[in-house]
Amino acid sequence: MPDQLLFGMEVALNGLMAGVMYSLVALGFVLIFKASGIFNYAQGVMALFAAMTLVGIQNGQVPFAHLINATLGTDIHNFGWTVPALAAILLTVVVMAIFAWLVNKFVFSHLVNQEPIILFMATIGLAYFLEGVADLMWGSEIKTLDVGLPQGINDWLETTTFDAVGYGFFIDNLDIVATIIAALLVLGLILFSQYTKQGRALRAVADDHQAALSVGISLNFIWVLVWSIAGFVALVAGIMWGAKSGVQFSLSLIALKALPVLMLGGFTSIPGAIIGGLIIGVGEKLFEFAIGAPYLGGATENWFAYVLALIFLVFRPQGLFGEKIIERV
Amino acid sequence: MLDTDTFTTPDGRTIGGTVMDLRNITLRFGGVEAIKDISFDIREGEIRAIIGPNGAGKSSMLNVISGFYVPQEGEVWYRGKPRPQMKPYEVAQQGIARTFQNIALFEGMSVLDNVMCGRLGHMNTNILSQAIWWGKAAKEETENRAVVERVIDFLEIQAIRKTPVGRLPYGLKKRVELARALAAQPSLLLLDEPMAGMNVEEKEDMSRFILDVNDEFGTTIALIEHDMGVVMDLSDRVVVMDYGRKIGDGTPDEVRNNQDVIDAYLGVAHD
Repeated sequence: MPDQLLFGMEVALNGLMAGVMYSLVALGFVLIFKASGIFNYAQGVMALFAAMTLVGIQNGQVPFAHLINATLGTDIHNFGWTVPALAAILLTVVVMAIFAWLVNKFVFSHLVNQEPIILFMATIGLAYFLEGVADLMWGSEIKTLDVGLPQGINDWLETTTFDAVGYGFFIDNLDIVATIIAALLVLGLILFSQYTKQGRALRAVADDHQAALSVGISLNFIWVLVWSIAGFVALVAGIMWGAKSGVQFSLSLIALKALPVLMLGGFTSIPGAIIGGLIIGVGEKLFEFAIGAPYLGGATENWFAYVLALIFLVFRPQGLFGEKIIERV
Repeated sequence: MLDTDTFTTPDGRTIGGTVMDLRNITLRFGGVEAIKDISFDIREGEIRAIIGPNGAGKSSMLNVISGFYVPQEGEVWYRGKPRPQMKPYEVAQQGIARTFQNIALFEGMSVLDNVMCGRLGHMNTNILSQAIWWGKAAKEETENRAVVERVIDFLEIQAIRKTPVGRLPYGLKKRVELARALAAQPSLLLLDEPMAGMNVEEKEDMSRFILDVNDEFGTTIALIEHDMGVVMDLSDRVVVMDYGRKIGDGTPDEVRNNQDVIDAYLGVAHD
C-alpha cells in the first residue's frame, strides 16, 4: 500500500478517537435537550467543573480555600490526604447529583413553561456562574488529572501494523481507553432507558409532559435525574479531556465543538451525537491532512466542523437522526 | 358521613359506596369563576357522567379531580379521607387514571410501550436488577406484561401493538389512551370527552368499550361528554353543569326531565 494512503488511514483513525471526545460532550447536551427541551450551554463547564472537583478531591484540596483564608485569616490549602481514584470518582458523581438538584431547585423549577430562549439564557448564566464557582472552589491553576488511565503510544498496535503492512500506526492508549469507555457508557445509557422504570419514565417525559404526569411520573424527579446523568457524562468527558490535556479552563470551550456535532447528528438523537462526533472528528483530521495543510496553510481544524455543520443546516436542518419537523397547516 | 350502602343496578352490576366526594368546589382563573360551589359524589363501580354545554366547566372539574387544577375553595374527599393538595403525578399514583380531550400520548413510542407506561406505578424493583433483567425484576416485568396484554386484548388493539402511536388514526389513538389509563388498574378512571371528534361507528365502539371495561373490571368511571344521547345510554348517574354551576344531578331519566337542563341545552337566555 502506498505510504500516503496508510498515513491517511492513521489520521482517520486518530480522528475517530478525537471524535469520541466530541461525542461524549454532545451526549450530555442531547440527554438534557430531549428530556426538558433545554439547550444546556453549561454542559462544557459542567465537564470542567466535574474534572476539577475530581482532581480536588483526589488531592485532598480544601474547597474554597482562598475564600476561607481571606475571610478567616487562616492559611489552609490541603487536608493532607489523598483519595483513591475510584472513591474520588464516586464522590464527584455525588457532587454532580447535588449540583443537578440545586440547578433544578433554584433555576429551572421557576422557569417551567418559559420560552426555549429564556431557558437557554439561563444556562448561559449558569455556565459563567459555575465557572466562577469552580475557580473559587478549586483555584484557577492548570492541574494534572491522573486516575490511572494508560497513556502513551500503543506499542502492540504499532508493531503489529508494522509487521503486517510495513507501517506502524501511532495510536494513543488513552484514545483507545476513551473509545471503550464511551462505548460502555452509551451501552449503559441504552440499557437504562430501554429496560428500567426510570428509563421508561425518562422517555415518557421526553415525549409528552402532560401524559407523563397522568401516568404518575414526577417531572421534577426526572429532571434532576437527567441532569445527574448529564453530570455523570460530563465527568467522563472531563476525565478524558483532562487526562489528555490537563484540567484547565479552556476545557469548557470544547462545548463549542459539540455544537457542530449536534447540528450534524440532530439535537434529539443519542446515536446522532455519537455518529456526528465521529464524522466531525474524522472529517476535520482528514481535511487538514488532505487539503488544509498542503493547500490552505493549515489550522483548518478550528473552523472545518462549523463549515460542515452549516452545509448540513442548509440541506438537512433536523440533522442526520433528528426528528423531521412537519407542521400541518 | 360517607355513604357506604351497596346496591344492585337493574342490569345486575353492583354499585358500592362513595369513592370520591367533591364538596363545595370553587375554581377561579383570575376574576373568572370556572366552577361555582359544586358538590357531587362518585360511587364505586358506577359510570358517572358530567355533561353540559361548551364552557360549562366540565373539563375544569375533571382537572380538579385529577389534580391538574387546584380549587380555591372546597374539599376533595377520596376513599373516605379529605385529600391534601397534591401534584397531578401524586394523584395518578393514588390510583386515579385519566385520558385527555386532545389526546396526550407518547407519540414516539409504540402502542405497547405506551400501555406499559401505564404500569409505571406498579414497578418497584431497583434499577440495577431491572437493567440486567434479574430476579424479582424479571417476575415483575412478566406480571406487568400480563396485565398489559390483557388490556390490549380487551380493547382489540393487538394488530397495532408494535406501531408507533404517531402513525395511528385519531380513533385508534383515543383507544390506546384508554388502554394506557386502564393498564394502571385505576380505582377511578376519568375520561375527558372519550368520543369527541369520532364518527358514529367509532362512537359506538367506544361506548361498548367503556361499558365493557366497567362490567369486566368493575372500574369506576367518570366521564365528560358532549353528546347527550350517548351519555344517557351509558351512565348510571349524570351531573349537568352550565356556566360553572351544577343545574342537575341524578339518573339519566331524572336529568332528562329537569327543566333547567332542558333550558340550558335548548338555549334559554340567561339573566
